[in-house]
Amino acid sequence: MTEHENNEEIENNDGIEVQGIAGAIADDAPVHRVAQDLRGKTLSEEDFRQLSRRSLLTGGAGALAAVLGFRWIQGRPADGRIPDVLRAGHEVNESIWRALFRDGAEAPTFDFAKSSMMRVNGRHGIREELDMATWELRVVGRDGATVGRYSLDDLRALPQTEMTVEHKCVEGWSHIVTWGGVVFRDFVERFHPDEADAPFVGLSTPDGEYQVGLEGAAMMHSQTMLTLDLQRVPLTEAHGAPVRLTTPLKYGIKQIKRIGTIRFSDTQPENDYWAERGYDWYAAL
Amino acid sequence: MSEGRIAVERHRRGNRWMHWINFPLLTVMIWSGLRIYWADLRDPFGVGIGGWHWFELFPDWINEPLGLDRKLARGMAFHFTFGWLLTLNGAAFFIYLWRTGGWRNFVPTRDDLRTIPAVLLHEVGLRKDAPPQGKYNGMQQLTYAVVLIMGALAVISGFAIYKPTQLALLTSMFGGYEGARFVHFWVTIGFVLFFGIHILQVARAGFRNFWSMVTGYELLDAPEDDESEASEEFEEVGA
Repeated sequence: MTEHENNEEIENNDGIEVQGIAGAIADDAPVHRVAQDLRGKTLSEEDFRQLSRRSLLTGGAGALAAVLGFRWIQGRPADGRIPDVLRAGHEVNESIWRALFRDGAEAPTFDFAKSSMMRVNGRHGIREELDMATWELRVVGRDGATVGRYSLDDLRALPQTEMTVEHKCVEGWSHIVTWGGVVFRDFVERFHPDEADAPFVGLSTPDGEYQVGLEGAAMMHSQTMLTLDLQRVPLTEAHGAPVRLTTPLKYGIKQIKRIGTIRFSDTQPENDYWAERGYDWYAAL
Repeated sequence: MSEGRIAVERHRRGNRWMHWINFPLLTVMIWSGLRIYWADLRDPFGVGIGGWHWFELFPDWINEPLGLDRKLARGMAFHFTFGWLLTLNGAAFFIYLWRTGGWRNFVPTRDDLRTIPAVLLHEVGLRKDAPPQGKYNGMQQLTYAVVLIMGALAVISGFAIYKPTQLALLTSMFGGYEGARFVHFWVTIGFVLFFGIHILQVARAGFRNFWSMVTGYELLDAPEDDESEASEEFEEVGA
């Protein structure tokens, strides 16, 4: 509102309210909204001055609280490299979205024609050259004992599933890709049915550098796979050969490449590469 | 001079509180959002044709001073925590506007929209008188209505990006994940542009107008007209 407009309003309306005229106008009278506005509350100058002082204090305190609050957050002790209150924020979010999680709901899928080869992003845990002579997929049960060892041929021998989904990175980019392999739930039901209700699963690369933990509900989801193929050809080393995890329920940081060990667990696995580096452990989409 | 001056209520308590609470929350959201945006090194919303970049969103001389680079994890942590506070404040504001009928001040009628050219001409000094208006002029109404819609869009598209699997239906309404990101990004740029114009207009309107957003009341100058004249004017405006 400009100075000019202010003056105009004053010429038109000032003094009405104190005279009590505006209050006498019936509600259904064809009154312009300028006048309606002035039917509102008024204050004497003295009261306004007092209100002004009070508002200055309230406003100042509010602004100060905002600045101090922000600095307080930034200065909190770190929990996984972010301030503990923000970590708590992640955990509150996790509890909300876990409560809303519906097992049958699936991420959108696409035609193969819409998918294409994806960029390589990150080589943590796969820097050493893959040695297929020694590689095996080891499965550890909830009791801590090794309950299974599998070769690539074992996985290839299981029913194969193909899935075209949108892969999403925490960095913001996404890419529609076609994964092929074994649905994890099929693998568990075939070989480890007594671990199917494990609340958590931990996965790590053979060198142990890259580790992720996922909740059982996400692992046992119909779209979570032990993936062997990308764009209908076997995974390259950079994309996680011989087997990686893929799931449209989680960001790429959870979709570990070159799985060496799968551990079923009653408790949340202690290690998670990116959660230890400031990211949300749940990392769900 | 100061004898008999009165202050009239301009902004109700709820309006003022939610307006001012929104300001730091939106600031944190934009700042943390840019930290997230920084991480996508493709610079997907930079403007270019055929590989020739007209400008980067955002160049390093913007990213570095604002501390946007290499802060993705913190950016996400701030964004997904403060997002709830912004959402709650925004939802409270919409409910408040609905319950108090305050939305009528923001939503322009067809007649209000017709005054916009005159308002703009008046604003740039090409027209002497401003068209008659309510609490806000037609241009303000249109702007505030658009900003309210943008606020809702920012939050809704934010959820579509945040949970594109769990809220797949919502995400599909934006034409998918990339569509939701597009909306989310440009609405944010819109907020920044609005902020610039808003500050400019508030500066032009003067301190009393600004202060009324804090106290709720605006002190008016002493009346020069007598009572009967004032009522006459009043009737004329009402006609």
